[in-house]
Amino acid sequence: MAENKLICQRRVVVTGMGIVSPLGIGIDNVWKRLVAGESGINAISSFDASSLPARVAGEVPAGTKSEGKLDLAEWIPVKDQKKMDRFIHLGLVAAMQAVEDSGWVPQTEDERCATGVMIGSGIGGLQTIYEASVKVHEGNSRKISPFFIPSSLINLVSGYVSIKYGFKGPNHAAVTACASGVHAIGDAARLIALGDADVMVAGGAESAVCALGIAGFASARALSTGFNDTPEKASRTWDKDRDGFVMGEGAGIVVLEEYEHAKARGAKIYGEVIGYGMSGDAYHITAPAEGHDGAYRAMRAAIKNAGIAVEDINYVNAHGTSTIADDLELEAVERLFGDAGKKLAMSSTKTSIGHLLGAAGAVEAIFSLLAIRDNIAPPTLNLDNPSKETMIDRVAHEAQQRQVNIALSNSFGFGGTNASLLFKKV
Amino acid sequence: MSDIADKVKKIVVEHLGVEEAKVTPEASFIDDLGADSLDTVELVMAFEEAFSVEIPEDSAEKIATVKDAIDYIEKQKQSA
Repeated sequence: MAENKLICQRRVVVTGMGIVSPLGIGIDNVWKRLVAGESGINAISSFDASSLPARVAGEVPAGTKSEGKLDLAEWIPVKDQKKMDRFIHLGLVAAMQAVEDSGWVPQTEDERCATGVMIGSGIGGLQTIYEASVKVHEGNSRKISPFFIPSSLINLVSGYVSIKYGFKGPNHAAVTACASGVHAIGDAARLIALGDADVMVAGGAESAVCALGIAGFASARALSTGFNDTPEKASRTWDKDRDGFVMGEGAGIVVLEEYEHAKARGAKIYGEVIGYGMSGDAYHITAPAEGHDGAYRAMRAAIKNAGIAVEDINYVNAHGTSTIADDLELEAVERLFGDAGKKLAMSSTKTSIGHLLGAAGAVEAIFSLLAIRDNIAPPTLNLDNPSKETMIDRVAHEAQQRQVNIALSNSFGFGGTNASLLFKKV
Repeated sequence: MSDIADKVKKIVVEHLGVEEAKVTPEASFIDDLGADSLDTVELVMAFEEAFSVEIPEDSAEKIATVKDAIDYIEKQKQSA
């Protein structure tokens, strides 16, 4: 490991990726379906949502690994499954894919100590907390499982991954609502750049598609309620008929690695993390500031961090949740790019999989890296009538073949937290 | 084997995910069956639920093997 001095800045690349999403599992399967314009949004099936105003969501399809679907028994022993909330299951499955994809198996104690984990979540084990609360309410406090707390805690995805693989480096978790996934990857990349680790398994996991989660966001008037009979139309970023976000569940995990370390072992490299920027709105707990100034400053900070010019960026994976804030993000991007916006492609993949909250930024970082790998901009579904015109190409309905050397991925969270990541072809 | 012993064995197999053949009377939950301290707490809760008995913490701490569990539950059931 390099000396841990602030002046030490090392290059960081992505050498492994794993996905669990409403479009299925496995990066190639999910990417193929995303690029084909398929939707992972359906009527909620995991619980009875009939009394709730929002009844559509992106749930991970059940089925075998060979079908590109999720059968937990293929991944986690049954006796261990009940010790974890579903967000941990999903995070673990994505992490197992990513670690295997990277081919990284530390052989020495030094290598294990230089390999860390940083997997975030916005909410953590909400359903587990709900079930335990019911027991307490019914006077059965003594029946609370000894696994209740470790099943609910956000950093336990990182904990389980480290235990499974013996990764003894920094063990951490970002918790910044819907920006958790981007913050986890950005912070983990910084840990490598600064010499705290050589390899980091990083990303986000979320599973809040439960009665409490849907009811809570619906009460905040954040969810789509007008497309319960046409679920695949519900997530429609920038479209004038959009009426709220559609919740999704899943996980996105990447393996980040110091560039020379990756090169020395002949690892496959998806792209380089060249920039990371953050900001705070200091404005409102759920609404973005005017002109989405926080988003503007996060993107600008990432660009400054990378030392590039805006015109070097070919693709933006927008936060674009299918809410009123979509046009504010667009305004911020227009302000930042100026005339360079003419050549830019920007899309919202949430129109296909919904909003994965704390996992969103990580899954979308992976989509940005695949856009770079294949020179494809994935589509924005359901963008039939934009509420605001722009010179930026929003890749409506169909994916586009485009040269993508540098991609920017945005995530913003409740509390007024914003983060942007920049990836580059290597 | 008594009904109680049978049921105890079943619960252990289910909760610890071990093969039935390994669940001998002498088997220690922690040393032989791979349980950790949290597993044993959950196991005792499962016994309480299945046999409708209360196992206070100081008694629970003494239940280390399959036989300990069977003996304790049988004794509770007899005195009930």
